[in-house]
Amino acid sequence: MRLVVVGNGMAGSRLVSEVRTRDPHIRITIFGAESRQPYNRVLLSNVLAGSSRPEQVRLLESSWYDAHHVEAAFGDAVAHIDRETRHVVTEGGRREPYDLLVLAMGSEAIVPPIPGVERAIPFRTLDDCERIMEAADQARRAVVVGGGLLGIEAARGLAGRGLPVTLLHLAGHLMERQLDVEAGEVLGETLAGLGVEIRTGVSAESVREDGVLLAGGELIEGDLVVLACGVRPVTGPAAAAGLEVRRGIVVDDELRTDDPSIFAIGECAEHEGTVYGLVAPAWEQAAVAADVITGGKALYRGSRLVTRLKARSVELAAMGETQLTEEHAEVVRFSHRARGTYRKLVIRDGRLVGAILLGESDAVGTLTQLFDRGAPVPGDRAGLLFPGLSSAPVADSPTLMPDAAKVCQCNNVTKGQIRACWEAGARDVAGVAAATRATTGCGTCRDAVEGIVGWLCEQEGISV
Amino acid sequence: MTRTHCPYCALQCGMEIGPGLAISPRTDIPANASGALCQKGWTAGELLTNGERLTTPLLHGEPVEWEVALDHVAERLSAIRAEHGPDGVAVFGGGGLTNEKAYTLGKFARVALGTSQIDYNGRFCMSSAAAASIKAFGMDRGMPFPITDLAEADVVLLAGGNVAETMPPFVRHLSGPRMIVIDPRRTQTARLAWLHLQPTPGTDLALALGMLHLAIADELVDEAYVAARTTGFDEVRTSLAAWWPERVERITGVPVYRMRQAVRALAAAGNAYILTGRGAEQHAKGTDTVSAFINLALALGLPGRHGSGYGCVTGQGNGQGGREHGQKADQLPGYRKIDDPAAREHVAGVWGVPADSLPGPGRSAYELLDALGTPGGPRALLLFGSNPVISAPAAEHVAERLASLDLLVTCDFVMSETAALADVVFPVTQWAEESGTMTNLEGRVLLRNRAVAPPEGVRSDLDVLAGLAERLGHHLETEPVKIFDELRRASKGGTADYSGITYERIAAEKGVFWPCPEPEHPGTPRPFLDSFAHPDGRARFVPVQHRPAAEETDQDYPIYLSTGRVLAHYQSGAQTRRIAPLVQAAPEPFVELHPDLAEQLDISPGDVVRVSSRRGEGKAVARISDAIRRDTVFMPFHWEGANRLTNPALDPTSRMPEFKVCAVRVERDV
Repeated sequence: MRLVVVGNGMAGSRLVSEVRTRDPHIRITIFGAESRQPYNRVLLSNVLAGSSRPEQVRLLESSWYDAHHVEAAFGDAVAHIDRETRHVVTEGGRREPYDLLVLAMGSEAIVPPIPGVERAIPFRTLDDCERIMEAADQARRAVVVGGGLLGIEAARGLAGRGLPVTLLHLAGHLMERQLDVEAGEVLGETLAGLGVEIRTGVSAESVREDGVLLAGGELIEGDLVVLACGVRPVTGPAAAAGLEVRRGIVVDDELRTDDPSIFAIGECAEHEGTVYGLVAPAWEQAAVAADVITGGKALYRGSRLVTRLKARSVELAAMGETQLTEEHAEVVRFSHRARGTYRKLVIRDGRLVGAILLGESDAVGTLTQLFDRGAPVPGDRAGLLFPGLSSAPVADSPTLMPDAAKVCQCNNVTKGQIRACWEAGARDVAGVAAATRATTGCGTCRDAVEGIVGWLCEQEGISV
Repeated sequence: MTRTHCPYCALQCGMEIGPGLAISPRTDIPANASGALCQKGWTAGELLTNGERLTTPLLHGEPVEWEVALDHVAERLSAIRAEHGPDGVAVFGGGGLTNEKAYTLGKFARVALGTSQIDYNGRFCMSSAAAASIKAFGMDRGMPFPITDLAEADVVLLAGGNVAETMPPFVRHLSGPRMIVIDPRRTQTARLAWLHLQPTPGTDLALALGMLHLAIADELVDEAYVAARTTGFDEVRTSLAAWWPERVERITGVPVYRMRQAVRALAAAGNAYILTGRGAEQHAKGTDTVSAFINLALALGLPGRHGSGYGCVTGQGNGQGGREHGQKADQLPGYRKIDDPAAREHVAGVWGVPADSLPGPGRSAYELLDALGTPGGPRALLLFGSNPVISAPAAEHVAERLASLDLLVTCDFVMSETAALADVVFPVTQWAEESGTMTNLEGRVLLRNRAVAPPEGVRSDLDVLAGLAERLGHHLETEPVKIFDELRRASKGGTADYSGITYERIAAEKGVFWPCPEPEHPGTPRPFLDSFAHPDGRARFVPVQHRPAAEETDQDYPIYLSTGRVLAHYQSGAQTRRIAPLVQAAPEPFVELHPDLAEQLDISPGDVVRVSSRRGEGKAVARISDAIRRDTVFMPFHWEGANRLTNPALDPTSRMPEFKVCAVRVERDV
């Protein structure tokens, strides 16, 4: 069997390694439009921020393909799918036959049709990233257009390089798809504290050499303009081949298109009306498609979306339906804007259906997992938002400690036994240790024993 | 006064036995030089006077003379071997046996029985860490540094270990450093930590990958060290691109900023250690998990530096020595590989047999137990120093396998749950009634001296082996010191070279570190300072990938079970459950669960709870505590129950079963 994979991004490269893990023999050819080894797009913001070098985001070594008998053709995009004869044809004119075809063509950056936009650099690929970094070295001010996840990461990264940055956003608050108004505002305040000036509710009219002109005539100065205006699925060749395409290439639960020999995964695919723009769903789809291709029976039932901003000193997690209000769900909210903290739970039928966590929080792991698993939410909502809150206070003061409290774990000695030992004449830790062996194990209870002995002596007015 | 060591864990605290069997700590042994002992140690003398002591051989439950029992077993072994071949007879050892016993057991199996079917319960204990250490360093010596070095460190990360309960005096070596503890429970040890990371059971591997990813992203890698002392970093770095911290957070439940705090603390430390325990190792991916932690240690430049390093915290009393001298399916004495022709030639020479008469590698512990009584599997089992009815995974299944044997023989000093199933039980000496060497968690060879005479009618495991060997036409030594001399010769030139160590040196030097190849050699406290044990002297980075637990939770079994220890008991509890103060301290098994889970399941403290998995069920009393994750329950494994539930899925390299995570259902027992 000949498997051809079109697209060497996060989804395509993942699919190939998933298939190879399951089946060492199947013939695999992978085409990539970019000439590079596959890399982890999620980490591009680290590259932009300067915390990762470009070679550190590679997903596979170049030797991987030979070692795993995968033919890789990079830098030659597939232009045409010939379903009649089951071939793909590249821009370079190469014809490659397939028995099964996987389309993992990803998406492309949306470039708004405004005058001068060619002066701006979209933020989508590693090449883009390198262009931006190069320009940033010469630039005095930067403007980022688009206040979604990627735009914020880009703005934060550029600010981290010491460049003054203005972030322009069309909607009334940042990340309006994932955040409610208040969370968007708190996030903006946090970013402002890190050197990113936020302008929401503004529309870019044109890109000029000296900056971005807003509708209304205001000029936002900047000699580097970065575009993060969203992405659109790459569906051209699929549509031209007559596959069903809506926003993305329509697939079923096996990730098959309406042609059973063609699959689509990742950002170019549309499943149950949803086009996913995050890597986790793409990898889940890759695993399912690989299983189906190698004869398995896996099915894809959609993904739960957790958005996690990757920007230094900004901790943000948003998941599920964050914008539901009290009319439709139970909402638990804590806001402390002065500290950049905002936490929100959205609960329906006893399950967590959405959450926002802004600012460092130990709750993030638990909440993400509750959301992922659809597990019942415990009755104590405050304990969920503030882990540790429900912990019983430790009665370590000798006065408050009950006699039954174990003071020395290693030798199973209670406060009552220490008291009895004191009453029998022991007046210091050594005496208590000799009689009860308290403090002779790990030794961490020494202070507690000292405290109890001291307190008992004090009670009796005995000086020690 | 007799100078000896504690009968229990791998710390092997020094102790003296005085008149009236009074125990007191020694202050000349570094493990507990502060004079520390835990309750198990203090009460160890009661093992010697326990009324439940076996003092006569039992044949089908009836007392018989020693010669009758030995004749019976030898005849049955010969008959089974004649019918089913040498592999029809199997031997199972233990990590609590002295080096002399472990050595003799391996020799008995290969020479007197000619069977390849020998393994031991250390497979359930150290095997994952051992396999990963051998991959990375070319050698497995649990902690390749003296325990006292830990106190000088700035930071110690302990992944999956609860030393405050399992070996309390260990904690005294940790009072200086900042501790980072990785454990799904806030254990006694985690309570002492500066930072406690509480991952989902079965995700330690992802956590280690995420931490190394952060170390690389935040430029904390010791590039000079990596260049000078290691190989393979580039491939590992590429393999980590898929394990960015936010993804790891979702899998583990550990917040990214906490991972970053941990990595930064380790990287900023002048001296730091990374230690792993069973919590990280007892998984179907335990070897890879340890490799991931070793990769982190290597990236930070820790191993092979005085004052820093990686170590595994060995569990059983002689867990280290027990894995070096040939009771393991794939090994010959001196930590030699049984399929290495040179190793076979050397050991066969010491044993005076042709090398080609030695069998090859046999089944690993669980595979051996699983094969008992099956077509092609062993029909007879000789069991020493182990109680698999309690301690093996899928314990009910293991009990069935044992019951299906034609012959089960155990050597025990009390009637353990497994001995109760045996056709023949030999009553044997214990601990203070015999001499022998133990190699503790540091790789320090220690001497236990006989302090008291055994009860009448009791003989050593070594006498049992020699008695059976004699009846099968072979001679074995029974004097520990003579056996040790033979072990020295057998180990000479091997990885674990004991040839320069003598009983006299151990006594005079308070223990000797292996390798010690010559009588004049001082021993090797820190073997990796100049080079690692691979031929090129470099440590290896080993690329590994996280994968889910062998059994994840689902609708039918929605909760994770993790298992572990309590302070008052040791292993299967065969010894400690017979000592009154320890029973008083921890009288019964329990199930620990989070208040939110208890509320959801309508369980109150003290309720009897039924926990069931695909393999069996166990009942225990509910203990409600917010020290555990909401999605997990914990059961100690010292009693029947916990291991009826655990999953025998095996690590592909170490053959370690997945004790530390499986899926269960929890209900109030009505």
